Amino acid sequence: MSKNQKQPVKLVPIPSPNIIPERDVDMSPILEISHLGIDFGGLTAVEDLNMAIGRTEIAGLIGPNGAGKTTVFNLITKVYQPTRGTIMLDGRDTAGLNTIQINKLGIARTFQNIRLFKDLTVLDNVLIGLHNEMDYHLAEAILRLPSYWRAERIARERALELLSIFDMQDLANVKAGSLPYGAQRRLEIVRALGTNPSLLLLDEPAAGMNPSETSELMENIQKIRDTFKIAIMLIEHDMNLVMGICEGICVLNYGKVIAKGTPEEIQANPEVIEAYLGKKKEAN
Amino acid sequence: MTKTPSSASPSLYEDKRIISMPVRYLINIVAIAVFMLIGNLIISEGIINRTYTTILLQVGVYIILAVSLNISTGYLGQLPLGHAGFMAVGAYVGALAWKAMPHGLGYMIIGLIVAGIAAGIVGIIIGIPALRLRGDYLAILTLGFGEIIRIIIINLPDITGGTPGLLNIPKYSNFNVIFIFVILTCYIIHTMMKSRHGRAILSIRENEIAAEACGINTTYYKVMAFSVSAALAGVAGCLYGGLQGSLFPSAFGFMDSINILVMVVLGGMGSMIGSVLAASVLTALPAMLQFLASYRMVIYSVLLILVMIFKPSGLMGTYDFSLTGLIEKAIIKIRGGSKNNAKEGQANE
Amino acid sequence: MLFFSQLINGLQLGSIYALVALGYSMVYGIILLLNFAHGDIIMVGGYIALLAITAGLPTYIAVPLSIIGCILLACIIDKVAYSPLRKAPRISLLITAIGVSLLLQNLAQLIFSAKSQPFPSSVVIPKGSVNIGGFAISYTALVTLVVAVVSMLLLTWLVQKSKMGKAMRAVSEDMGAAQLMGISVNSTISFTFAVGSALAGIGAILYCCRYPQVSPTMGSLLGLKAFVAAVLGGIGSIPGAMLGGFAIGLCEVLVTSLGGSAWTDAVVFAILIVVLLIKPTGFMGKAMSEKV
Repeated sequence: MSKNQKQPVKLVPIPSPNIIPERDVDMSPILEISHLGIDFGGLTAVEDLNMAIGRTEIAGLIGPNGAGKTTVFNLITKVYQPTRGTIMLDGRDTAGLNTIQINKLGIARTFQNIRLFKDLTVLDNVLIGLHNEMDYHLAEAILRLPSYWRAERIARERALELLSIFDMQDLANVKAGSLPYGAQRRLEIVRALGTNPSLLLLDEPAAGMNPSETSELMENIQKIRDTFKIAIMLIEHDMNLVMGICEGICVLNYGKVIAKGTPEEIQANPEVIEAYLGKKKEAN
Repeated sequence: MTKTPSSASPSLYEDKRIISMPVRYLINIVAIAVFMLIGNLIISEGIINRTYTTILLQVGVYIILAVSLNISTGYLGQLPLGHAGFMAVGAYVGALAWKAMPHGLGYMIIGLIVAGIAAGIVGIIIGIPALRLRGDYLAILTLGFGEIIRIIIINLPDITGGTPGLLNIPKYSNFNVIFIFVILTCYIIHTMMKSRHGRAILSIRENEIAAEACGINTTYYKVMAFSVSAALAGVAGCLYGGLQGSLFPSAFGFMDSINILVMVVLGGMGSMIGSVLAASVLTALPAMLQFLASYRMVIYSVLLILVMIFKPSGLMGTYDFSLTGLIEKAIIKIRGGSKNNAKEGQANE
Repeated sequence: MLFFSQLINGLQLGSIYALVALGYSMVYGIILLLNFAHGDIIMVGGYIALLAITAGLPTYIAVPLSIIGCILLACIIDKVAYSPLRKAPRISLLITAIGVSLLLQNLAQLIFSAKSQPFPSSVVIPKGSVNIGGFAISYTALVTLVVAVVSMLLLTWLVQKSKMGKAMRAVSEDMGAAQLMGISVNSTISFTFAVGSALAGIGAILYCCRYPQVSPTMGSLLGLKAFVAAVLGGIGSIPGAMLGGFAIGLCEVLVTSLGGSAWTDAVVFAILIVVLLIKPTGFMGKAMSEKV
């Protein structure tokens, strides 16, 4: 944080640990997953998963309920340690790292069942996301040295800027738990952005949102990618959202990849239609 | 303050501070000085007698104990049941240090620091294993630890005086000493909780998995909160020794840990002013109303159950008192809500 | 010879711990609550037995009376103090349990005074000993062992085979799903409390026969050690609680016989700490993790 303390940043990314060349969609991989698998007891939840995500790609991970999508997120963020396979972040093997180290390396996530710090204010939630962006020591905080004030001021301004992506800066002093459902999902994204990620994992960001909220969210996800130049991977059941903004889609069923490709390819894939979309239509 | 992009819309978020930071510090320092002066006056002028003076000093010690336990219980969201154990470590280490050194202000402070460090180190030693476990195991582990400390004190009479007690401790703890340490403790906790470290501690209470996903080293901050809590309890224990002049292992049992817990729970877990008020009332009342003595614990336990069932947030919730905040509110009221010229200070916290 | 008598001694103490530990373990298994008041229920059981015997009631009435008293008390505690907090944070429930424990202790202190009173153990189990293969075993030890083993067998049957036992296991596995299957969660929880306290009542009488006195605080240390036993064995696991109880009993007798009686309690807690560090789930406990 101290590096760019001169003037507050206006929605310009803090230099990410991964240098980004200027391109429309940079498809050189930031995340490479190969032969990833995990067993729970005797049950194989994810098997032989191979995928790569480009540096500024928006990737979708879809599949029927129980296909193992959230498990993939949990594997990437090391909530579970994989049984087999490797996850490379920017050419670096993440084996043996824990959730905290993964976050510091540049992967941030949101949760399917929202996990906000409910009794704290919206601003505090984002400031906690910015925790590692501040570098003052406990003694500096207790003695209230100038370094404390400076870091806190910059973090606060940064937090308000991040909140302004979703036009939430006016809610900064509201308790996070009292926000409406959609706003809670948006706040989780803001908090994740606070950790200055190079890869953002969104677990069902549109769940519980109405169509107008969803289309706004779509715009905002693209806006986030364009301003921060980061990769975004999302799990979503809303096909309009997935087909609308994802450049690459991976379809999971029973823990296995059954299709990969662009939205057009996925929509035309008979296997996907049979396993996933077809069923959906019948149900409707 | 940066102007937020949508300043046209009526903003819920605004910097409520109209008093600049240096002025805030000044107001608080003056208030503390006035309090201290009043305290000295009523004692030296004999407005309150010796008994009440002792009660007043005990209140001070228990305030430190309650606000320090509040770090682990209210902010971190754990339930340690061995706070009296940390108090005992500080009390005995401090008292032994005081007895080993000559008299003097400097030696008194050294003793208090040694007591705090000793309790803090014990806190780290207990905290590292205990905090890896789920919440209720921590309760039982700290409970066991508190008992072990007491048994050790009883069984090492050559060092600790054993059951007959450790006597002739220098009586350093006068009003000024205790008052300053109460203020110091509250200040340290307040500033800690308003920093990134404090927010990290709160985030663990709120949602540990999300905290980790935010890159917060939860184990580190748990142990930090726990050991700060223990260290401050150690200082309180040392002051307690300096107040009583003697120490007995029976003063540091399970019930004494519970006693402190009751103060924190009743005051509202996470509210410093709640802990201060509850510690004051629950220390002063039973001491003044002796006829209540035999009913005291019955009343405490019923209160504990009722508060948990009907108002789990305690009497003060998470409300935190701020003198300058109150003054600001008054100013805003007098000005009648004219907010525009209220931005003289660019302070933030 | 000495070894054998110490072994019997340890098994006797261990079986009491095991009976009490079962109550902790079962309640924890079903509502994830460390029932701090469990030890004090034992104390109340002790006082009921004492009062009944001093009132001249015969043993075969006094003992069931005390067990029924324990059951009723536990069910009342559950209804009044715990059930309003089913959805509350765990820490609230835990503090409530501590409150209940304090309340029982201090009420007993108000009613019966803090002094301990002698318990007429010889009325319940006559003094004397039997000779088995050249070793003298006191009636108290023999009865304790037999009663404990029979109770544990009954409990195992109850949990594994009976309909209520199935309901208990279902509720502890998944409360919501059990409710959807038509199991009354509240009555199952009450039943668990009842069974746990019945065992505590039996434990109370056996404990009073071993240490023939009753005092308001007798439950707290017994409860603590039984709790340690439950954690040691793996909290939530019934065979674990039995195993843990015997382990703690034997260990305590061992430390005492080695001349460290002043340190017994410290050793018990030290064992707890060490076990929690090496194997936090205890001997037979299951690891639980939160779903992300």
